Amino acid sequence: MLEIKNLHAEVDGNKILRGIDLTVRPGEVHAIMGPNGSGKSTLSYVLAGKDDYEITEGSISYNGVDWAELGADERAAAGMFLAFQYPIEIPGVATMTFLKTALNAQRKARGEDEISTPDFMKLVREKSKELKVTPDMLKRPLNVGFSGGEKKRAEILQMSLLEPTLCVLDETDSGLDIDALRVVSEGVNQLRSPERSMIVITHYQRLLDHIVPDVVHVLSKGKIVKTGGKELALELEKNGYADYVGEEAA
Amino acid sequence: MNAPAKIQETKAEQSLNAQFDAIFAQTTQENANQRKQAWDAFKAKGIPHRRVEEWHYTDLRTKMNDAFALASKTAPKAEALKGAGDLKTHRIAIVNGRYAPDLSSDQDVAGLSIAQTNGFLAAQLGTDDAMAHLNQALVQGGISIKIDANAKIELPIEIVRYTDGSQVSSYAGTAVEIGSGAKALIIESFEGDADAAYQSNALTEIKVGDKADVHWLKLQVESAKAQHIETLSMELGAETNFQHFIYNEGASLSRAQLFLEFKGEGTHAGLRGTSLLKDNQHADITLFVKHAVPGCESREYYRSVVDDKARAVFQGKIIVEQAAQKTDGQMMIKTLLLSDTAEINAKPELEIFADDVQCAHGSTTGDIDEDLLFYLMARGIPEAQARKILVLAFLSEAIEEFEEEQCVELLEAMTRSWLHADDMVSE
Repeated sequence: MLEIKNLHAEVDGNKILRGIDLTVRPGEVHAIMGPNGSGKSTLSYVLAGKDDYEITEGSISYNGVDWAELGADERAAAGMFLAFQYPIEIPGVATMTFLKTALNAQRKARGEDEISTPDFMKLVREKSKELKVTPDMLKRPLNVGFSGGEKKRAEILQMSLLEPTLCVLDETDSGLDIDALRVVSEGVNQLRSPERSMIVITHYQRLLDHIVPDVVHVLSKGKIVKTGGKELALELEKNGYADYVGEEAA
Repeated sequence: MNAPAKIQETKAEQSLNAQFDAIFAQTTQENANQRKQAWDAFKAKGIPHRRVEEWHYTDLRTKMNDAFALASKTAPKAEALKGAGDLKTHRIAIVNGRYAPDLSSDQDVAGLSIAQTNGFLAAQLGTDDAMAHLNQALVQGGISIKIDANAKIELPIEIVRYTDGSQVSSYAGTAVEIGSGAKALIIESFEGDADAAYQSNALTEIKVGDKADVHWLKLQVESAKAQHIETLSMELGAETNFQHFIYNEGASLSRAQLFLEFKGEGTHAGLRGTSLLKDNQHADITLFVKHAVPGCESREYYRSVVDDKARAVFQGKIIVEQAAQKTDGQMMIKTLLLSDTAEINAKPELEIFADDVQCAHGSTTGDIDEDLLFYLMARGIPEAQARKILVLAFLSEAIEEFEEEQCVELLEAMTRSWLHADDMVSE
């Protein structure tokens, strides 16, 4: 279970998060919506443990572990996965090599045995087929020359291989056409399970037609200003954020 | 008392005086002239220092505290020579500047001839470099390598240059002639006794004919206390493909000075390399690329990773003469500085006298990208390992362009070993 209490965070001295309280139980999917600049991506980076994103007040704990004590790699090994809004290109690192390195690093951190190469190959082949990730993409350097849709599919492939229990999807729908959105959403939906918590960060309601959330939160100026069911997303789509953020969204 | 102040000779220069006198006394009549001329040319300049433009960033006069005694002929154990590792090759060993047939493999290879020489070269370098002159003034021996026209040498030709002993110096002169239509891969290593302080100075001339295909890999893995100077002069015929790669890892001080001239049209030349530097290492790569004929392509791509207080120096000058229309020359220097005290001096230069050319040069220097690092860590890869992955990736991009699979594997393995990342997953 993820418990965020009165979270304040800043980047380069700029206060972005101003007191977030959020509890996500296993099996739940929470959507976080909000206008640009409300702190959605900052929240995802703070959860994943990016340097320069400093918690100044409050706390994050996951399954009873104080998140502030763990580095980004340790959080990943403890079940955290951030699907990036802009998956970064890493020239010189073949996608396949990277996937195996990441999987084995997490297994090692958890005191498990490394996966054998044949088992790994089999696993990747299965999962990549579902997500329409071609063998050619796996041979290429990570994300280099991938289209927007390919990058997002590659993110979900990583998620499916690493089997995290806490998934944060940061604007996964951005840059996707309708077909790509469907493939990615199906990939995410297959990963929904009673043990897994998900936070879906999005600007638009359309992603939530495909990944239907249990709870919807509206983030504004670094605070959650409204929480409701999935119907809240539809209301936002119709009326915009103006009711919740005041003059700024006008 | 008004005589002009004379520059004081350094201790190293005084030692060189004595060494020259001794070797000159033993020189045969036939070579005496050449040795003396080279010595006079060296003496006119002395050991290069920072006021010599080409040596500005590598003040050898300050860095060369002494000139070690000329190494004598020795017979190191075969196991001491590393060369290209486990690769199956035609091995040519040069120990202390002299051809060592006992440590070389059987040279009965069709199309390939190897002969011991006294090390004197035609030295038509188009340069007047003091350390190249010094090589010829003190040269102890050498070889000539000839590859016949249209010969395809299947196995790599491996030249192992070994300096045996401590507080010694070695000077070798090598002439290489590669015939038209020939194909060969040459892997040359510079090495010596681990932890020994020594000086090696090599001068090599490579002449390549037309329509040849040559890959040349230099592994500079001298002892950590060695001083290494290599002068390489290359002349390329028409429609030839010539690819050169420097792997720079050893020596406390190294300088590779490469002079390349296009003699025939339609030729492609790649000069590439990686430098992996730490502690107080100083590594200098200096290029002079002369496009004298039309329609040739040159690529000069070097990447360095510099840690601790090490310093990388890169100077590259591409000259495009008026006749050399349709020249395509691209030079790019990329450097990763891993510590606040690491340093790079990069000086890419273009001199263009033709009007219809495509030339570019550039240089980038930076630290490991924090966003890349975060991405890897967010996938569970610990920071130290993530940094190694990114350094290896940075260097691999250059290595993979060499396009000789066995060399790419060798270079990546050596790079992983330097990074203490032997267990890292490879592709």
